[in-house]
Amino acid sequence: MTELFVLAEHRQGEIRDVTFELLTKGKELAKKTSTDLTAIVLGHNAGNHAKRLADHAKRVLVIEDPRLENFNSEAYQMVLSQLISQRKPSLTLMGHTAFGVDLAPSLATELNLPLATDCVDLDFEGETLTVIRQVYGGKVNVKARVRKSEGYIVTIRPATFETEEGTPLGGKIVTIESPLSEDIEYKRFIEYVQPPAGEVDITAADSLIGIGRGIKDADNMPMMEELAATLGGVLVCSRPIVDKEWLPADRQVGTSGKTVKPKLYIAVGISGAFQHLTGMKNSDLIIAINKDPKAPIFRVADYGVVEDLFKIVPSLKSKISEAREAHT
Amino acid sequence: MEIIVCIKHVPETAEADITIDESGKRIEVEDLVFDINEWDDYALEEAVQLKEKLGGSVTAMTVGSEEGDSTLRKCLARGADRAIRLTDKAFEGSDGYATAKILHRAIKELPYDLILTGAQAGDDGYAQVGVTLAELLGVPHATMVKKVEFSGDQARVNRELEGGLEAVIEMKLPALITIQTGINEPRYVSIMGIRKAKSKEIKVLGLKELGLKEDEVGKAGSWMTVERMFVPPVEKEVEILEGTSDEVTTKITDILRAKGLI
Ligand SMILES: Cc1cc2nc3c(=O)[nH]c(=O)nc-3n(C[C@H](O)[C@H](O)[C@H](O)COP(=O)(O)OP(=O)(O)OC[C@H]3O[C@@H](n4cnc5c(N)ncnc54)[C@H](O)[C@@H]3O)c2cc1C
Repeated sequence: MTELFVLAEHRQGEIRDVTFELLTKGKELAKKTSTDLTAIVLGHNAGNHAKRLADHAKRVLVIEDPRLENFNSEAYQMVLSQLISQRKPSLTLMGHTAFGVDLAPSLATELNLPLATDCVDLDFEGETLTVIRQVYGGKVNVKARVRKSEGYIVTIRPATFETEEGTPLGGKIVTIESPLSEDIEYKRFIEYVQPPAGEVDITAADSLIGIGRGIKDADNMPMMEELAATLGGVLVCSRPIVDKEWLPADRQVGTSGKTVKPKLYIAVGISGAFQHLTGMKNSDLIIAINKDPKAPIFRVADYGVVEDLFKIVPSLKSKISEAREAHT
Repeated sequence: MEIIVCIKHVPETAEADITIDESGKRIEVEDLVFDINEWDDYALEEAVQLKEKLGGSVTAMTVGSEEGDSTLRKCLARGADRAIRLTDKAFEGSDGYATAKILHRAIKELPYDLILTGAQAGDDGYAQVGVTLAELLGVPHATMVKKVEFSGDQARVNRELEGGLEAVIEMKLPALITIQTGINEPRYVSIMGIRKAKSKEIKVLGLKELGLKEDEVGKAGSWMTVERMFVPPVEKEVEILEGTSDEVTTKITDILRAKGLI
């Protein structure tokens, strides 16, 4: 029977969440298209990973090789291009992550299989694969048809599908001999570098004020610091603020920063790109202040203010200050 | 070091009012301001800094219409030595894959040690062109890079992974690197630079010059065909607080007080 591949992603001994999200979606698609859901894991001593994956797939293919322990696109591509050419899965899913982004385009090009990246949904409509992607910083969705082919590669945005913990599927674990014979010639993994521990743990704070590019100028930082202090919260930010070095990297919220779940998140001048939303959308209460009524941040917020932040912030600061004084 | 930087001229959309046009397949771009793609801005700066340190030259290259010249001129003003624009009616509607094929044809004729692209483009966000191009050229790649160093024929780069973790990778040159924001501080263009760049040549190459066939590029040569565009669904129904600034901030304060947050 034809297979549908889900490529497991792991790092430093842990399977990454996106893998189970993909397996959940993969299961639904496999059922719809009467194909077998196969999880693929490349690694070293990957037995434990395989056991966990077996709960979520009909079959788990394990390729064991010390050279596959840490992700190296060159080695991974060699293994996967052979595997896909031999077994011809109808579809191969992987995460649109630092892993998938480094691997999928070259793999698809080598195999001459169509690739759709950063998808938030996909479906087979008859024989045609259609995908939904988000463009223009999350302001517009596109439904696109993928050119007809005997197989496809699709990368899926993380945290798009929710993992379902259904009854374990008891998938069969099959170990395949590593096809890596020659040396990995061009590319070497050297080491991981951990981010330095920050001064404050933003994941522990109850109230966060998140600031974005909308604050425009470093001169406006004190105003934002004051708002955070008045509220008794911590100032955090979107990526551009760290890129400009207005705040240190440990204050960044999002996929390449921290994931937070405070009681209160006030987003000020943040558009709401998915990389930011992933890091904060599960906060208990979200208030967004943005002058653009169509900013994607409003799609995850509880309350919104469509206004120039420079009109709102000073007034908000004094109101909160008054309220706190009245309270004490 | 001979460096080629791939650049995209994109509309600024974070603050703009975006509307989907009548065809339902595109957005209205007439009123939008175009500029260099944010990630490419850092890629160009990295290229120029490497040239300043190691010698060599920087070539900026773009696929697109004549309107991209303003962005190419900015690249010249900021330190690129040459600018090449790949333009043809047949290229219109190209997706990431077709775009990579066009760039490949132009680049394979040039000398290079390093190719830089942005990690992604802010408009269609494929994050695909760089790595596809590397595969077509048969050179190694590394994506979302925040640090680049060289020793001999090796590049040593820090890739940014999730949660602020980085992976250090070594690659043989020539190689392709996609650049992540924050790797450097893009410089401002000097008035002198802009003046000088005005007279510099922008080389233009089309389908024929590149030896491409019509069905390899544009819609015919793409993997993806847009069916329709639509406004994304909401995850939560937001309540917009209306009124004067004073009224709005009173409302926020009331909400925070009711929830015991102040
Ligand atoms: C691999 C990768 C990882 C990434 N990781 C992260 C991450 O971890 N965290 C992150 O945040 N981003 C991340 N990004 C970047 C992300 O894609 C966006 O570019 C970024 O989040 C945008 O930040 P922003 O919302 O502050 O800026 P913009 O998108 O420029 O938005 C600015 C907003 O401010 C509003 N505004 C402007 N002026 C005013 C005013 N006077 N009053 C009110 N509102 C105003 C505008 O309407 C706009 O909505 C990542 C990108 C990539 C490719």
